[in-house]
Amino acid sequence: MHELSIAMNVAELAREHSRLHGDGRVSAVTLRIGRLSCVHEDSLRYSFELVTEGTPLAAARLRIIEVPIRIWCPTCEAERELPGIQRLACPECGHLSGEIRAGRELDLESIELAPETTP
Amino acid sequence: MTQPRILEVRTRILKKNDELAREMRREFESLGLLVVNLVSSPGTGKTAFLKETLSRLLARGIPAAAVVGDLETDNDARRLAASGVPVRQIMTHGLCHLEAEMVRAHLADWNLADFHYLFIENVGNLVCPTSWDLGESVRLALLSVTEGEDKPLKYPGLFNTADIAAITKIDLAEACEFDRETALANIDAVRPGMQVLETSVKTGAGIEEWLASLATRRAMLTP
Repeated sequence: MHELSIAMNVAELAREHSRLHGDGRVSAVTLRIGRLSCVHEDSLRYSFELVTEGTPLAAARLRIIEVPIRIWCPTCEAERELPGIQRLACPECGHLSGEIRAGRELDLESIELAPETTP
Repeated sequence: MTQPRILEVRTRILKKNDELAREMRREFESLGLLVVNLVSSPGTGKTAFLKETLSRLLARGIPAAAVVGDLETDNDARRLAASGVPVRQIMTHGLCHLEAEMVRAHLADWNLADFHYLFIENVGNLVCPTSWDLGESVRLALLSVTEGEDKPLKYPGLFNTADIAAITKIDLAEACEFDRETALANIDAVRPGMQVLETSVKTGAGIEEWLASLATRRAMLTP
């Protein structure tokens, strides 16, 4: 359950950034998670709920953008998106390539601040 | 203001760990210290492999040390200390991986300049340690012949972050009907071109090759 540690880091970063921008209420948090990053989405959602409970982030929705693996194929001289994660081979020509261009992301993309309520 | 405001953050979630690990690596490398992070499933033989490595280094007068992550016991540290090199235990109390801060805290009063090598035995797990950089220069993924040839395909994330792979217990290969060609092809599929060592602490196979590879990598550090 390393997703718990990841969720704690997400919550901490989201709080830090919202404080820098007027400490508004965070209504959503968007992550980009690469398919090679070994993160289980359901565990991460569950962990995020756990760590934000009773905090200003409690109502924040968690959006997860899954990023497929893209490798550079030196034979085709092109970047290729892979259908799976078990063979880093060009889907066109079969060439194995360790030159990963995407798929390892574990990023906090953005946070959404709720509109301020007028008193 | 009635519309929600989007703040583009675009930062690594594990930024804190990454920054600390980078700082640690810089320090280690400037001291000529090669740090190796050993990752595998429980039962692959990380501790036995490390014990053999430490004994051989010690016999040659090459100074090395180890920190060992484990969920609850200090059995591994005691096994390793028997080799006669300095060993520290990191008990994670249930946490499934090591983080950079935990490693740093356990190195506090060692004079790192005294060592040529520092080995970090991660918690036995092929998923969770993947994303945590510990400041290592080399990540070694171990796989035993008893685990099956398809392990790399089941855990591509971890094998993909490794610098070297070691197949352990090859003395048992025949008894386990281990399909060597398939195992090598699978490792190559998830990490094309990675160096693979075929090892046994029983027969000593591959261990000298491993030590030579460490020496080469350490020579590349020296400022």
